[in-house]
Amino acid sequence: MNAFWIATIGTSVIAFLLKYSGHSIPQHWLEHPKLQRINALIPVALLSALVAVQTFTEKNKLMIDHRLAGVSVAVIALLLKAPFPVVVLAAAVTSAGIYNWL
Amino acid sequence: MSKVEAITLRDSLSLSLTVGAYGIAFGAASVANGFSVLQSCLLSLLTFSGASQFAVVGVLGAGGSAISAIATASLLGVRNGLYGVIMAPRLKVKGLKRVIAAQVTIDESTGVALGAEKRNEAAMRHGFWLTGFGVFVFWNLFTLAGALGAKAMGDTRAWGLDSAVPAAFLGLVWPRLESNRDRLLAVVSMVFALAMTPILPAGLPIIATAFIAIAVGLRR
Repeated sequence: MNAFWIATIGTSVIAFLLKYSGHSIPQHWLEHPKLQRINALIPVALLSALVAVQTFTEKNKLMIDHRLAGVSVAVIALLLKAPFPVVVLAAAVTSAGIYNWL
Repeated sequence: MSKVEAITLRDSLSLSLTVGAYGIAFGAASVANGFSVLQSCLLSLLTFSGASQFAVVGVLGAGGSAISAIATASLLGVRNGLYGVIMAPRLKVKGLKRVIAAQVTIDESTGVALGAEKRNEAAMRHGFWLTGFGVFVFWNLFTLAGALGAKAMGDTRAWGLDSAVPAAFLGLVWPRLESNRDRLLAVVSMVFALAMTPILPAGLPIIATAFIAIAVGLRR
């Protein structure tokens, strides 16, 4: 079994266990405000890190290439309050244009 | 089942279609990062949580190990567990129904349910189930479409998919940047992950930023 299968199955199993355990534990266990706050902050950190790594790295090297242009256009689209599909499409079109023709 | 209000139906359906369309981006990103069409579809059917799914393909695609990918995706999935805690006393379901409710406990179903709660309890339950099932159906159909589309493309970079993935992450994090503290955490996490990339094995720089979030959350 390769890494892709392990990741697919492992992620799916844990994702379900997390959801199901939430439905099965007493509510007061998780009422602590610090826990609630950390829960809101973790996605901010992880998703931001993913944006940076996916934009500026290739394997273990830092790199600036056509992806930066794509993501910059995504930032502009978000600032203009464009809906999600437009943001992703704008990034892809820009990036593809630079990759193919520059 | 009592009568479903038109407003609940409208909220659920419009959200299901919109979110479902993100599934195209996921299916395409997944195949672009080396997952097969079958694996992409299984992730959507079984994991069924957008941010976690993008994370698992993002980390493996960046050369990370399966363990790093699973850990990052799971940290992002913790919030679904908390939604379960909120929804359980409102849904009051047991057995197989609870298993199904758990699987469709995501941002959108919980959001619509809590939004409809002000109207009445039935609207809240209808909102949860309709949105949960609606997103599930469209998310999976669109994942298949995106995965097949990316497979037909060949060199996915020529179609801009290597930028679509970080743009999708950006779209997911953007609505969460409500306060200056959130924005500062986002910038620090980006800089930290990049600074650690040449030093740590791929995937770890991303997971490590969860500790920054915990440190910030504990402070105040």
